[in-house]
Amino acid sequence: MAEADVPAVEVGREQLLEWYEKMALIRRVEELAAKAYTLRKILGFCHLYIGQEAVAVGAVAALNPDDQLITAYRLHGHAIAKGITPKAVLAELFGKATGAAHGVGGSMHMASKAVEFWGGYGIVGAHVPLGAGAAFANKYTGDGRVSMTFLGDGAAQQGAFYEAICMAQLWRLPAVFVVENNYYAMGTSVDRQSYLTDMSQRGAGVGMKHWQFEAFDVVDVYRNLKAAVDHARSGEGPVLLEAVTYRYRGHSMSDPAKYRKDGELESHRKEHDGLKLAEMRLKELGMTDDELKAVVDRVKAEAQEAYDFAEQSPEPDPAKLYDYTYAEP
Amino acid sequence: MAEMQLREALRRAMTEEMRRDERVFLMGEEVAYYDGAYKVSQGMLAEFGDRRIIDTPIAENGFCGIGIGAAMAGLRPIIELMTWNFSLVAFDQIINSAAKVYNMTAGEFTCPIVFRGANGAAENLASQHSQALESLYAHFPGLKVISTSTPSDAYGLLKSAIRDPDPVIFMESELAYGLKGEVPDEEFLIPIGKGEIKRDGTDVTLVTWNKQVATCHAAADALAKEGISARVLDLRTIRPLDEELLFRCALETHRVVVVQEGFTFAGVGAEIAARVQEACFDALDAPVLRVTNRDVNQPYATNLEKLVMPSAQRVVEAARAVCGR
Repeated sequence: MAEADVPAVEVGREQLLEWYEKMALIRRVEELAAKAYTLRKILGFCHLYIGQEAVAVGAVAALNPDDQLITAYRLHGHAIAKGITPKAVLAELFGKATGAAHGVGGSMHMASKAVEFWGGYGIVGAHVPLGAGAAFANKYTGDGRVSMTFLGDGAAQQGAFYEAICMAQLWRLPAVFVVENNYYAMGTSVDRQSYLTDMSQRGAGVGMKHWQFEAFDVVDVYRNLKAAVDHARSGEGPVLLEAVTYRYRGHSMSDPAKYRKDGELESHRKEHDGLKLAEMRLKELGMTDDELKAVVDRVKAEAQEAYDFAEQSPEPDPAKLYDYTYAEP
Repeated sequence: MAEMQLREALRRAMTEEMRRDERVFLMGEEVAYYDGAYKVSQGMLAEFGDRRIIDTPIAENGFCGIGIGAAMAGLRPIIELMTWNFSLVAFDQIINSAAKVYNMTAGEFTCPIVFRGANGAAENLASQHSQALESLYAHFPGLKVISTSTPSDAYGLLKSAIRDPDPVIFMESELAYGLKGEVPDEEFLIPIGKGEIKRDGTDVTLVTWNKQVATCHAAADALAKEGISARVLDLRTIRPLDEELLFRCALETHRVVVVQEGFTFAGVGAEIAARVQEACFDALDAPVLRVTNRDVNQPYATNLEKLVMPSAQRVVEAARAVCGR
């Protein structure tokens, strides 16, 4: 299958509106995270997802609720898309007891078994075998689930990624691997880290079905991911996709991203912004500016409520310091 | 009570656990159609089929990580590493993933996985194939580290390891796979974190594990002829350390020698010596001594290799020293 062969999908107004709201929520939460970071309410590393929202939202829409999702350290968007609340995400970033990981994980590590959000990993590429392992378990138990693993273009250079896709294909695991190519591995552009700049082509070497697609429009993301997930669930084997996207912020909060080409960011904001593209689609479906504004207002209120919740939550209890080392000490 | 080889005891433990629990499977290089590089899994493919006895490509980091993911999903993987030397290729997965999953997810996910295989020197395998790596893995919170010496211990501890909700490092020995010993016919488990006094004595405790237990028995025999009564404490589990038994032995014999394979510097012996002096300083009649691999990479030639390894003679000399003889 190539992108051209991916079947079209019908997406109704209600569905699109739900995705739009989720994307807007992720962006607003990230903007508040950036603000809190500059105020030193959030510490450590903090990698924002602004610009890439359509990928997580469109991809999760293609999954069943009990399908597993695993990602790296730029995780806030995936976490919210999969069902962790903005309150639990922001409280974790604030290092509070009410956070998704009770304050032990921070921006890079949080998870929820209930929504099959597997986290949250900081060693580039190392989580990809774990995603393949989830798919291994799905096949072993025959429960019909699919695992979805997100990684960046930088992680596609790691041996762990290569080993994982080798075995995933060898064993026909029900897995989808999504390389979010956001142009830069930290500050190194794709063409300076890889001879092939389309990471989906890594699939050819292991015999895996693969294709690349532009992932700016949430409907496009859903359409491509739906085809990939359906393929993986059918038992025919895994799929490797490259989702071409763009991050608006630096690699992390400490990165001013001076390595960008002139006009690159502005052009993406203008032509490829996932929220703007969704707004255009919604207007074509008859939504008014007032209706859209009401959505934005609702999202802002929810994000602010989460921010306030995070700020007001208690710090972790020192008595629980050793609680998360062994399940059975 | 049946006498069996250590490899057979390991196989019996895995086979029983796989019959008992559908979630348990064995994965590794050559475990299935080759019957195991050291024949530990011999015959298991015939019983369980290749859905549960799984040959992998030579990609330790990848298949250790896949095992970790499977464990997070609720399965109970046993990952065989042909030797622990090769685990260094997968060190990132074992340390940065397995040891930290429970922590990073704040307990949302557990990682019930066993990594097992041959540890330490065999003979004439030179630098890259002869390392004893207990100290490396015991360094990290989140892992449990077992290193066994007898068929019976290997059986009982491997069964506990497979049932444990945390990642367990399980270290065997290539030279000991053929070692024979009595294993009771009745099923039993040995708790993780409990050492055992393998031979009683009153003058000095030889603290050891894995195949150096045999070295210590030989040393204790020789010491007995000189009138020194040596106790052999087999820790069996390195982490969590059985401090209660270790300190009791130190308090009762007043002298301690740690006998370990593996390099001296920052080895497990250093940790034991530190803890014994912290807890039992007033009861000690002599400093805690260590008999370890000499701090040099393993040579190939037999005479040089013998110089490097702990030996009964070196243990005897250390015991004499702490006993003031």
